[in-house]
Amino acid sequence: MQPGALSKALKSGAIWGFIVLELIFFSVAGSYMSLSDTAFMDWENMLLLLKQSAPIGIIAMGMTIVMVNGNIDLSVGATYAIAAIVLLDSMTWPIFAGLGDWVIPVAWLLALTVGTALGALNGLIVWKTGVDAFIVTLGSMLGYRGIVFMFNGENPTSHLNWTLVDLAEAEFLGLATASWFLLAVTGVVWFLMTRTVHGRNAYAIGDNRDAAVNAGIRVGPHMMINFAIIGFLAALSAVVFYSESGSVNPNDGQLYELWVITAVVLGGTKITGGAGSVIGTFGGVIAIQLLRKGLGHIGADTSTVNLVIGLILIAVLFLDRQLNVKGKEELKV
Amino acid sequence: MTDAKPILRLDGIVKTFPGVRALDGVSFSVMPGEVHALMGENGAGKSTLMKVLGGIHQPDEGAIYMGDDRVVMAGPLEAKAKGIVFIHQELSLAEELSVAENIYLGELPRKSFGRVDWTTLTDKTNAILKKLNVGFDANTLVGDLSIANQQMVEIARALTVDAKAVIFDEPTASLTDAEKSVLFDVISDLQADGVGIIYISHRMEEIFKITDRITVLRDGQYQGTVNTRETNEESVTQLMIGRKLDLTRNASHHEIGDVALEVRNLSCGKLYKDISFEVRRGEVVGFYGLVGAGRTEIAETLFGLRDPSAGQIFLDGQEVRISSPADAITRGISLVPEDRKGQGLVLGMNCRDNMTLPQVDDLKAGPFVAEGAEIAIFDQYRDQLDIRTPSWRQQVGNLSGGNQQKIVIGKWLSMHPSLLIVDEPTRGIDVGSKSEIHKLLRALAAKGYAVMVISSEMPEVLHVSDRIVAMYSGRIMRTFTSDEVTEDNLIQAISGIKADQAA
Repeated sequence: MQPGALSKALKSGAIWGFIVLELIFFSVAGSYMSLSDTAFMDWENMLLLLKQSAPIGIIAMGMTIVMVNGNIDLSVGATYAIAAIVLLDSMTWPIFAGLGDWVIPVAWLLALTVGTALGALNGLIVWKTGVDAFIVTLGSMLGYRGIVFMFNGENPTSHLNWTLVDLAEAEFLGLATASWFLLAVTGVVWFLMTRTVHGRNAYAIGDNRDAAVNAGIRVGPHMMINFAIIGFLAALSAVVFYSESGSVNPNDGQLYELWVITAVVLGGTKITGGAGSVIGTFGGVIAIQLLRKGLGHIGADTSTVNLVIGLILIAVLFLDRQLNVKGKEELKV
Repeated sequence: MTDAKPILRLDGIVKTFPGVRALDGVSFSVMPGEVHALMGENGAGKSTLMKVLGGIHQPDEGAIYMGDDRVVMAGPLEAKAKGIVFIHQELSLAEELSVAENIYLGELPRKSFGRVDWTTLTDKTNAILKKLNVGFDANTLVGDLSIANQQMVEIARALTVDAKAVIFDEPTASLTDAEKSVLFDVISDLQADGVGIIYISHRMEEIFKITDRITVLRDGQYQGTVNTRETNEESVTQLMIGRKLDLTRNASHHEIGDVALEVRNLSCGKLYKDISFEVRRGEVVGFYGLVGAGRTEIAETLFGLRDPSAGQIFLDGQEVRISSPADAITRGISLVPEDRKGQGLVLGMNCRDNMTLPQVDDLKAGPFVAEGAEIAIFDQYRDQLDIRTPSWRQQVGNLSGGNQQKIVIGKWLSMHPSLLIVDEPTRGIDVGSKSEIHKLLRALAAKGYAVMVISSEMPEVLHVSDRIVAMYSGRIMRTFTSDEVTEDNLIQAISGIKADQAA
C-alpha cells in the first residue's frame, strides 16, 4: 500500500459511506419520529428522490468540470432562470404559432442555446480579462438575474403545453424523464472527464496551470468551452424542470449555485481545482437530497435543514484537511 | 570535436533588470554530444541565462544561434519546438494526474471523439520508463511518487521530444546515488545521440565526473570556459568566487555573551533533521546552503510558524515551546523574512504604520491608536537605521529595496527582541545598500543582540558571520568558526562532499 492510499480510499469512498449512514439514520429515526406511516427507504420514495435531485444534479455535473478546471461559476442559478423564461415564453411567440407541437424542440433548442451563450460569455470574460472566475461570475450572477427581472418584473412567466407536460411526466422503465436526464448527463460528463483529452486537460490545468501552459495546452479557450458546457447544463436543468411545472418565478434558481457547489465539494472535488470526480459529485447530490428529504421526513423545517447541511459541509472539509498528508507541511495560520 | 559546429550558441547576451545588470555580455556554446557545465554562485546569472535561452526573458543585446541560423526564442513553446528541453529544479508536474499524462501533457494521443488513446499512451510511456529503469509505471499517480521519482518523470518528459539540447538544472539535488547513476546513463545516451547537454550544478564531484567543459559566471559576467580534464576543483572555485575576498570581516571585536538560543536535535518531518546549534548574545551566526537545504524552515519553526516533529528549543537556558508567531514575539524572537515584499511588509501602507504593525495594539490612547507614539517610534528608528524617506507618510512600496529592508528591521528592533533572525537580508538590494545592511547587522551584534543570518550568498555569510552553519538537504554538515572557514571548504560542505568532517 502506498503512503496516502488509506486517506485516498477514505476520501473517495467517504461520500457513499455518508449516504449509507444517512439512510440508516433516517430509517431508524423515521420509525419513531415520522408523521407518515411509510418507511423512509420506500422504493417509490427513493425514485422520487432521484427525480428531485435532477435540477441540482445536472448543474452539479457542469460545476464539477469547471471546478476541476480551477474555476467556479456562481451565475448558474440566474442562467437557469433565464433559460426557463426563454423556454416558456418562446412557446407563445407568434412566429412559432404555426408549428403546433413542433414548437417544443424549437423552444428547447432556444433555451439551451441561450444558456450555452451565457456560459460562453462568462468564459470569454475570464479568458480575455484574466479576472478571477469568482468575481466574473459573481458579476454575471447579478447581471443575469437583473435580466430576469427586466423581462417580466416580479410576475411569473407561465405557459403550459400539455404535450410537453405529458412528456416530462412520462416514465420509462420506472424512472421519470428528469431522472433519465440526470443519469445521462452524469454518464456523458463522466466519459468526458475520464476518457477524453479535453477532460484530462481540465485536470492538468486545474492542478498546475503553469505546467499546462508550458506543455502547449491552450488554457483560455479550454476554460471557455467548460463555461459553455456549464451554461448548457444549467439551461438543460431548467428545460427539464419547467417542461413539467410550466411556470417560472423571477426568483427561481436563487441559491442554486450554492447548493450545487456544496454537492460538488461534498463529492470530493478540490476547490482549488485539479482533483474531483463525476461519480463523487453524483454521490454529493444524492447525499444532500437525502438529507433534505430525510430531515423533512422526521419533521425538521427548512431552516434546520440548512443549518445541518452547513455544519456537515464544514465538518467534511475539516476531515478532508486532516486526512490530507500534505496539509502537515503547510505553515500554521 | 574541435572542428564540429556548436549545436547551440549564445553570443554576447546582455540582460538588465531595473537596477541590476543580470547578464553582461555572456557567451556560451554547446557542441553536439557534449556535456557542458554552467557554474556560478547563486545570483551569478545562470538561471537568467537559461531563461533567455528558454524564451522566458528576451535579451537586451546579443543573439542565439542554432547551427548557423540566428533564432529568436519568443516563448517557452517556441524553445521547445526548436528542440530545447529544460529539466527544471522546481518540478512542474500535475500531481493528480498519472505519470503518462504528465509526460505527454499537451500532446495526449487521441482516438475518435477526442478520446484519449490510453493504450498508445501507456505503451509509449512504459517504453521510456523502461529505458530510465525506474520502479514505477505509466499509470502511477505523480502525487504518490517521491520527489526523486518525480524528477525522473521530468527527465522522461525530455526524452519524448526530438531534443537538440537538454538543460539539466540541479538535477541531482534530490536523487539517491542509484538514481544518479541512472541519470548519468541517460545523459550519456543523449550524448551518444548527438544531443548537447547543459548541466547546471554546484556539485564538483559530478561536474568532474560527467562534463566535458565548464563555463563559469560571476555577477552576470562571463569568467571563462575550461576543459574539464585540464582543470581541478580549486581553480574552478577560484573562478566562481573571483579574487580572494577581503575576509577581515569583523573589525568590531566585541564581547560574546551568554547563550541566547540553543536548539537540540530539532527535526521537522522531511524538511530538516537533527539540527543542533546555539546562538550567543553579541554573535552573528550565518546559515549557508543551497535553496531547499532547510534553513528557512528552521527559522519558521523558531518563529512559531511550524511545529517541530522532534527536538528541543531553549531560550536563555529555559526550554520553550513556541506555539505561534505571537508567542515568539512575546519571547523576544523576531523574523525578518526572506520575501520582503510578500511576507515582511504591507506595501500599500505607509512607513510608520508598517514599522509599528506588531505593537499597534499596545500603542493605544483609549480606544484609538496613539499616532504621536507611533511617529516617535518611527522617527527613532529612521534616525538610528538611516532610513531615507521623505516622510512617514510615504507608502513603503515606493521605497528602494534597501530602505524597505531597514523598515522591516526597524519594525522588529522596536519590539526589543533578544534574538533577531534575518532571512536573506540583502536579496534584491543594490550593492551600496548591501554593505550598509551588513554593517547594521554587525552593529546590532555589537549591541548585544543575538543574530541569525540566513543567506545564499557566500560573500555575505563570510562577511557578517562570527560562525557559519553549513547545511545540505535538511542537515547541518559542519559548523565553522570564522578562523577555519574558507570558500573551498564551505562550498564543499554545502554540496554534500566530505560529510565526515562534521564539527
